[in-house]
Amino acid sequence: MLVQRMEIDRADGRTPNQLRKLACSRNILNRAHGSASWSQGETKVLAAVYGPKAGTKKNENPEKACIEVIWKPKTGQIGKEEKEYEMVLKRTLQNMCLLTVHPNTTTSIIIQVVNDDGALLPCAINAACAALVDAGIPLKHLAVAICCCLAESGRVILDPNKTEEQRLKAFVYLVFPNSIQSVLPEGALQVGGEPYEHGIITSVTHGLMSVDEYFFCLERGRAASAKLSDFLRRSLQLQVPSESSKTG
Amino acid sequence: MMGSANSGDLSSEMEVDAFRRLFPLRFHERHLLESIRPDARMLGKARDTTLALGAVASADGSALAKIGCTTMLAAIKMEVMTPTAESPDMGCIAIDFHMPPICSPTVRPGRPAEAAPVVSKQLSDTILSSGMINLKDLSLVRGKASWMAYLDIYCLDADGALFDAALLSAVAAFSNLQIPIVALNDDGRVVVVSEENEGGKLKKEPVNKEKRKLKLSSIPFSLTCILHKNYILADPTAEEESIMETLVTVVLNLSGQLVSLYKPGGQFLAYTSAIQDCMALTRQRVKELKKILDEAICDMEMD
Repeated sequence: MLVQRMEIDRADGRTPNQLRKLACSRNILNRAHGSASWSQGETKVLAAVYGPKAGTKKNENPEKACIEVIWKPKTGQIGKEEKEYEMVLKRTLQNMCLLTVHPNTTTSIIIQVVNDDGALLPCAINAACAALVDAGIPLKHLAVAICCCLAESGRVILDPNKTEEQRLKAFVYLVFPNSIQSVLPEGALQVGGEPYEHGIITSVTHGLMSVDEYFFCLERGRAASAKLSDFLRRSLQLQVPSESSKTG
Repeated sequence: MMGSANSGDLSSEMEVDAFRRLFPLRFHERHLLESIRPDARMLGKARDTTLALGAVASADGSALAKIGCTTMLAAIKMEVMTPTAESPDMGCIAIDFHMPPICSPTVRPGRPAEAAPVVSKQLSDTILSSGMINLKDLSLVRGKASWMAYLDIYCLDADGALFDAALLSAVAAFSNLQIPIVALNDDGRVVVVSEENEGGKLKKEPVNKEKRKLKLSSIPFSLTCILHKNYILADPTAEEESIMETLVTVVLNLSGQLVSLYKPGGQFLAYTSAIQDCMALTRQRVKELKKILDEAICDMEMD
């Protein structure tokens, strides 16, 4: 029975918990202060960071650094959906950045969608995070984003592609802080009995689900975010030697 | 008012209004310590909410919703359209949210408000995915004619929790909706029969005589909360939203399903307990809003 439940036909033959192939490369644009490309299967996003530049935009608090996100779709003009992505991305990055280090400055993050095959916003958040590291913007923690898709039967599949996203009844985009390797004893970073990296930075849902199904998604998303944050840590460490020669 | 407790603090020497402007965060945190908010509300309490149906006479359905000072005017116009080939027996709903310059000092004429397209997108996602309206009910003649419902929501006063007020006004406008009578004319086209000449010269049989009201099932209601440290503040005002930036919006429908859980970033992380608290507050709020909506419908029928 349990085996039956776990079996899901995915067009690409993945298991429900299996993520698509991840790839991340940094410092790919010459003129930008920091840049990264992130791909999950066929979904690919390019992120460039410019800044910190002097001055903040109107209506922003000059005592803090201002974050500006510009979303460039693959084709055409930006619409409501892209405006929403910009807002979600901006607020997510505000959570990650130490905004008081460079007050009265603006950092621009430009997101260029190269290809959209599902889980676009999570992919863009991961790309932006890698690009911010590449630009050397002071960060509190890194973030990892994941998309969980919910089937009619209440089963959860991770990192869906476009057809799965459209076919299944609901999906959730979740962003968590990455797991911290700390010298503090284990449990020192617990918040209310939960590990620090279980806190939700961002949650965006589409479609109807029961409350229990949401918490189920949350649990699976947290498990997957540990894998993602390992990948992010590894791919950032790999390029450290070239990094030090560039900045030093 | 607040100076007596901590004497070494600046707050003891300063006027309350000046302190509020200069140290807004400390001003609010000082209140939170006492489990109260500057407008004398408890933390989990929403503002007074009123609802008036049929506010726009020229629309087919309309409502004016007020949550505290936040005011939303929603109106629906129905038009006959040809359905698409993929969905020949379905109608369509187009939702737009407007923030004119009168709604807030931060919105300037000529420059559209940043929040407007985001709220607009959130509203259409919520209304279309909540299952409140069966789009098949908007069909007139299969493959030939169906209804296009244009829902426009105007924000008249933006004082926080915009999405909650907009959703409430949208739901109320749909429950107030009176679908116009249409008939087939000689060319086989569907035309709207105007109320005046209904009895007289028009002898054509209306197509939708008995389907004048939309059936609304599992209506969605929402509550926005601020997360600040360990505090959860329900239904924030614009001032609170600008100072404490971590917002969580929970949308539940009347059958208890989760329509949306929206937390776009923000300074604080949401742990499971906070999410559960927000959901509990929303469940309570859904009951309140349902009662307010039922009362408004009752009042309308009495008139």
